Amino acid sequence: MFLLQLALRNAFRARLRSALTLLGLLIALVAFGLLQTVVGAWNAGVEMASATRVVTRSAISLTFSLPLYYRDRIRAVEGVRRVAASNWFGGVWRDEKSFFAQFSVDAENFFAIYPEFVFKPGEFRDFLRDRQGCVVGRQLADLYGFKVGDKLPIRGTIYPGNWEFNIRAIYDGRDSSAITRQMYFHFDYLNEYLKIKSPLRANRVGVFVMELADPERVADVSHEIDSQFRNSLAETLTESERSFQLNFLSMFGTIVRIISGVSYVVIAIILAVTANTMAMTARERLPEYATLKALGFGPGFVGRLVLAESLLLCAIGGAVALLLTRPVAAVFHRATVQMFAVFEVSARTLQMEAACALVVGLIAALAPMTRASRIRIVDGLRHVG
Amino acid sequence: MDEVAGAAAAAGRASRRPQAPLVQIRHLSKSYRRGSQRVPVLTDVNLSIASGDFVAMMGPSGSGKTTLLNLIAGIDKPDGGELLVAGQDITRLGETELAAWRARTVGFVFQFYNLMPVLTALENVELPLLLTDLSRGQRRARAELLLELVGLSDRLQHYPNELSGGQQQRVAIARALVTDPLLIIADEPTGDLDRSSAADILKLMDRLNVELGKTIAMVTHDPRAAEAAHHLIYLDKGQLTDTSPLA
Repeated sequence: MFLLQLALRNAFRARLRSALTLLGLLIALVAFGLLQTVVGAWNAGVEMASATRVVTRSAISLTFSLPLYYRDRIRAVEGVRRVAASNWFGGVWRDEKSFFAQFSVDAENFFAIYPEFVFKPGEFRDFLRDRQGCVVGRQLADLYGFKVGDKLPIRGTIYPGNWEFNIRAIYDGRDSSAITRQMYFHFDYLNEYLKIKSPLRANRVGVFVMELADPERVADVSHEIDSQFRNSLAETLTESERSFQLNFLSMFGTIVRIISGVSYVVIAIILAVTANTMAMTARERLPEYATLKALGFGPGFVGRLVLAESLLLCAIGGAVALLLTRPVAAVFHRATVQMFAVFEVSARTLQMEAACALVVGLIAALAPMTRASRIRIVDGLRHVG
Repeated sequence: MDEVAGAAAAAGRASRRPQAPLVQIRHLSKSYRRGSQRVPVLTDVNLSIASGDFVAMMGPSGSGKTTLLNLIAGIDKPDGGELLVAGQDITRLGETELAAWRARTVGFVFQFYNLMPVLTALENVELPLLLTDLSRGQRRARAELLLELVGLSDRLQHYPNELSGGQQQRVAIARALVTDPLLIIADEPTGDLDRSSAADILKLMDRLNVELGKTIAMVTHDPRAAEAAHHLIYLDKGQLTDTSPLA
């Protein structure tokens, strides 16, 4: 108890130095939390991936399409419960800065495969009835103020022309991890248009999304689907949705790794700053540590005193950082809402922040506590701080 | 205060009678390494300090007086020889045993007081008692009593930086006394004080010796401080050159 009391008072003796160290700790830990959350937000699609869903795409590349008739052959494969076509549309609403993803899908099957998208029953029925209808996610609707009944004009880029959709429904996420930043419309609407305007591009699909009856059979069913189209003009690659998402994200993998690396560099920097503070502190107090030892306190007490001071500083900095991370992340998300659909500081990120604070406290104290506990009393008493 | 003074009077009378040696030093030597060379600081020192004595050690800078004091206090280790305090050869004690021995046996008074700046006068005096089994209340009561003895009962909650040099040294003396040690070690206790404060401190140390019967070993450069002692020990180049009784 006395040790903690003494450590606490010592921690705030040099108030400016302690305040600056605490500020540095606070900034570093919050920055760490934000950067880790950015990495998490980037991988949010992977987190959403279901174990029962698989995706079939062209074996050559995602940019190559597959024939529509594959849908029936895939549906016939044993173990496939549902299959839906999905096409990246890539249109522009208003301007390029107001980006959001648009897909043409086999609506009925697609949303049966994605039960995490929740509709009001009436609205979904209206969407199914309207060939020009579309649905938008809640996050997207909130971002741009879309309402059911609005017209949604989109300029096609991959599929040139001026397209107009009717917003028939706004879907919600079943939980906070669901990304609801996309717009979906009927594949048939796109396909019928292409049959007239660009017949060579009609009846082509970007990917097929399947729901399997048994998640244990992902590998078998995937293999079976791909074997159906082996040696054809459009060979397929079927993989779990999670694997598909990871492959997609791997295109940005270096950036994500850099962001993650920077978050640890920030911690390394604050570790150096805190270690410097503790080293200066211990050096200045060598006569006091020597006095304590002369009075009969052992080297262990002196070492623990330095350690306790370091841990206290980091605990205070860490506690404030934990309290501030979520509010700061909310402000950060408001500024980057177009970039990140989901930006939630996870419990794991907060645990990592706390762990970083603890590790910084421990490592920063190592050298000074060793020096303080080992110093000879006569040398310490002679020392001028 | 009365309790302390009463005990002090009896002990003081006892202190004037010849006592058995508290500190016995035989063929003590100490050297320091400077680069590749060993520099002798103390050579074949033989000395005896009687219980209840007040000894001043004098000598030019580098004569080894502080080293001798540190060895007697058990905060430094000799190269050779015997150093018995109350019959125990402290040169044979390990670090942990020596720390416990210091806590029980020695009270320290340093030139620059060496108080903990973040602790009040009361807490500073209480500090050595944390190594005892006393309860918090007992520790507080004892620390208050000692601060009263040194005339600082109105400064209990003051921090060292709120006290004058003389007052800080009196707190240090109270801290040195609080565990009721056999031996008080004082390294230039008046070296950082003005003349008047130095005189007060010497008067207080004399009281500790005469009234409480405390054995005091003091290093000083100040002849006036040395006059407060009963014996003078002169060192030069690491050897005792003279031991003279005073008064």
